[in-house]
Amino acid sequence: MDLWYSEFHTDNVKFSIKVEKQLYSGQSDFQRIDVFESKEYGRFLTLDGYMMLTEKDEFIYHEMIVHPPMAVHPNVKNVLVIGAGDGGVARELARYKIIENVDIVEIDEEVVNVCKTYLSQTACGFDDDRIHLYFQDGLKFIRSCENKYDLIVVDSTDPFGPGEGLFTKEFYGNCYNALKDDGIMVNQHENPFYGADCVAMQRAHKRIFESFPISRVYQAHIPTYPSGHWLFGFASKKYRPIDDFDEKKWKSFGLKTKYYNTKLHVGAFALPNYVWELLRDVE
Amino acid sequence: MENRLNQNSAPIKEALENLKQKRIVPFDVPGHKRGMGNYELTDFLGEKCMGVDINSMKPLDNLCHPVSVIKEAEELAADAFGAHSAFFMVNGTTSAVQAMIMSVCKKGSKIILPRNVHRSVINALIICGAIPVYVNPEINHDLGISLGMSVVKVKETIKENPEAVAVLVNNPTYYGICSNLKAITDFAHLNGMRVLVDEAHGAHFYFGENMPITAMAAGADMAAVSMHKSGGSLTQSSFLLAGKDINKNYLRQIINLMQTTSGSYLLLSSLDLSRKKLALEGRELFAKVEAMANYARNEINLIGDYYAYSKELINGDTVYDFDATKLSVYTLDVGLAGIEVCNILLNDYDIQVEFGDIGNILAYISIGDTQKNLERLVSSLADIRRKYKKDNTGMLNHEYISPKVVLAPQEAFYAKKKLVPIRKSAGSLCAEFVMCYPPGIPILAPGEEITEEIIDYIEYAKGKGCFLIGAEDLDANRINILKGGR
Repeated sequence: MDLWYSEFHTDNVKFSIKVEKQLYSGQSDFQRIDVFESKEYGRFLTLDGYMMLTEKDEFIYHEMIVHPPMAVHPNVKNVLVIGAGDGGVARELARYKIIENVDIVEIDEEVVNVCKTYLSQTACGFDDDRIHLYFQDGLKFIRSCENKYDLIVVDSTDPFGPGEGLFTKEFYGNCYNALKDDGIMVNQHENPFYGADCVAMQRAHKRIFESFPISRVYQAHIPTYPSGHWLFGFASKKYRPIDDFDEKKWKSFGLKTKYYNTKLHVGAFALPNYVWELLRDVE
Repeated sequence: MENRLNQNSAPIKEALENLKQKRIVPFDVPGHKRGMGNYELTDFLGEKCMGVDINSMKPLDNLCHPVSVIKEAEELAADAFGAHSAFFMVNGTTSAVQAMIMSVCKKGSKIILPRNVHRSVINALIICGAIPVYVNPEINHDLGISLGMSVVKVKETIKENPEAVAVLVNNPTYYGICSNLKAITDFAHLNGMRVLVDEAHGAHFYFGENMPITAMAAGADMAAVSMHKSGGSLTQSSFLLAGKDINKNYLRQIINLMQTTSGSYLLLSSLDLSRKKLALEGRELFAKVEAMANYARNEINLIGDYYAYSKELINGDTVYDFDATKLSVYTLDVGLAGIEVCNILLNDYDIQVEFGDIGNILAYISIGDTQKNLERLVSSLADIRRKYKKDNTGMLNHEYISPKVVLAPQEAFYAKKKLVPIRKSAGSLCAEFVMCYPPGIPILAPGEEITEEIIDYIEYAKGKGCFLIGAEDLDANRINILKGGR
């Protein structure tokens, strides 16, 4: 048998993984959800056919969206996570004893159910009593929050589906409002390489740049995402990602990580020239 | 309402499909020949679209003189809307309004109407020479919007003008406000006058449950229904409905005075399919639309300072009923004019609302909306309030200024005129239109006296970013007045 999962990264570029078997396929109110088993990447989750995570490389994404802000903000107690129905962000956050509360707002309860059944590697993140799950639209949830969170993690899908509202000025503006005076927001920031994704990336940066006094972008290498070169946004009211980076303090947490380290923290904010230019064009 | 005919069929659409199967060689117009003549255009609009852009021919009937599929489709539409007859209109609801008026008015006929009518109504008066007798609408001063027609005022006006031939009612208004259509209709009929309803914003009343009364149910003689607004057909397509006392063959003659002889089958088939959809699924569809509007209204009212209004405005007369699918939001307490909120939404949030006037915005909620987009609208309004909230003193509220009609619109429009700076025009007679668009309701119409109050309003609206149209001077800095005064 020759069974492959394929995702079109552009009209002319196709990314494929050989599939051993399909574990789940279903349609929720919001999207199509599939889980596959593969030799190379282990189990992987797709939404509307787009790759969300694989067991083999999810650590890169989840470490890089959580640890950089945690190493900058001196005292994170209350965290809001938007999206992240797979539990990966929750798992990384739960490793910090100083965090007192994590609210996770996922629009699609089915994603959480499917991940709890098939992807315990990330869904184990939900098994902590500081984690509270809300199933609703992130844009709606955040409207009524003011001066409440130290950190907001936006773990969205692409801006062309249910996650569309999470790439808008109204969303970033309401995030600003929901953060405390020294709060930080990090977000999934698309890739700078392919046409449509790159435009979405620039738009997101423009919107965040307009909404926050400090807005920086950092990068990681994620093999199963389009182009493999992935960006994250770091937006903040007070702290700067490198000037306020507290290496000693983060090391004192004693966390063992597979991708993130304190040298890489600084390096991740050093971007290729063409990416600088793309960002500068919209600032 | 029970339908007599099988609303499952769509005769025009079916005729177009049958024709496609026959692969007829076109040696007739349109010259693009099913799109073969202009690939760029075909690529842009799509082959399917170009393939049904066909001229009238035997299997497709003729809009000017329907005998087969268009006739059947019009009968289905009449059945669906509970009308005696229905006409497919391809020149916009404007053409339906004009046909209604011109079928009952001649030069010198008097017609009773509210002043906050759409420009198409006054245009019809310019063309046919009828004389308007205005019933000034009441104003809700808190919101700065004009309301419906008061039954008492209409009765008085009818008694004072027994020679008038018709009463025109704007129902619902752009903001969703309904008059007591049944009482107005009954009294007008008692006095031998026709009742014409500009029902441009009320196509859904015919299909939703617990909606305000429709023109046909109220016994009105004719109604102009914008199927392309709440009905979901293509822009520019519309229905003209007529009751049992209207001679439909004469009405067809009037329609043909100005209607194109090349009616677009894209528009006709969209009317046909939209009528089918609403007849079959309208009840569920509009229940959903109303629920979405109610949800958004509640959420917007929770933000604070905005006021999204609804049925609580009902007062038994000038707000006899309210169309809850309309999401109108009063913005002045945020410290922003409606037009300013409208512009911020578009420029900064990539959201287009139907219009913003001085005190309000109107977000049009329809069968094509999604929950996701409603969340974006509500959250944007919350974010705008956070960023822009300021004191609202000094903001102009009042939107309606009673006109002083001195000459019939036709006489004023065709009179000798001269262009003067708008600031220097007070006291003269206006020879053209000035209006904010949308909603396209005239601030000044031909034959009306220009006052300082009107000039102040025009300049304020311009300053807030309203789009002023209608005047010969496109920037509305100068205005045409009647030469030699009155």
